Amino acid sequence: MARSLKKGPFVDEKLYRKVETLSQQNKRAPIRTWARRCTIVPEFVGHTFQVHNGRAFLEVFVTEDMVGHKLGEFAPTRLFRGHTNKKEGIKGR
Amino acid sequence: MPRIAGVDIPDRKAIRYALRYIHGIGPRFADQILAETGIDPTTKAQDLTDQQVSQINGVIDATYIVEGALRRQVAQNIQRLRDIRCYRGERHRRGLPVRGQRTRCNARTRKGKKKTVAGKKGVKG
Repeated sequence: MARSLKKGPFVDEKLYRKVETLSQQNKRAPIRTWARRCTIVPEFVGHTFQVHNGRAFLEVFVTEDMVGHKLGEFAPTRLFRGHTNKKEGIKGR
Repeated sequence: MPRIAGVDIPDRKAIRYALRYIHGIGPRFADQILAETGIDPTTKAQDLTDQQVSQINGVIDATYIVEGALRRQVAQNIQRLRDIRCYRGERHRRGLPVRGQRTRCNARTRKGKKKTVAGKKGVKG
């Protein structure tokens, strides 16, 4: 179900502040974060995030098109390499 | 035979139902169009006067996105999801359900016809 408009988008406060300070200093360092639930707001555009997927941090460069999505949508948590093939067996990691 | 919104030529049916043959116009929009133009919804499509037809065309052009334009819009929306490589885009790419439905069983609309796997639950390999 969609989120109530009354509440506005959910943005992680700490992350937002971090982006703000970086923007003020005109810096573009990747930001490491676990805040997958944080909505991408226009201020994030052009920044790079390292979003945790439960195991590693995946680089996500935010473009204009991504506004309105959550950070977590760009760091998949599941890995599916296809079903086993009877002849070949599981392909190696 | 009336031509409404390009190629569509619904006929022989009450205009209220005939309009639904246009991609992008369902029960709700059909009734809205007829309310706005003041045409009796039970008129057969073939009995419409030329003036009424152009009236309907005018309303559709001005208010609704139908047919090719609508299809293009939908395709573009999906393409956008694919391009930003978000979760939903990835599901579209793989031809799996996009909105969190289960895929252990069912999901046949997206996954297509069953591909039986030998040795799996009950299937004799």
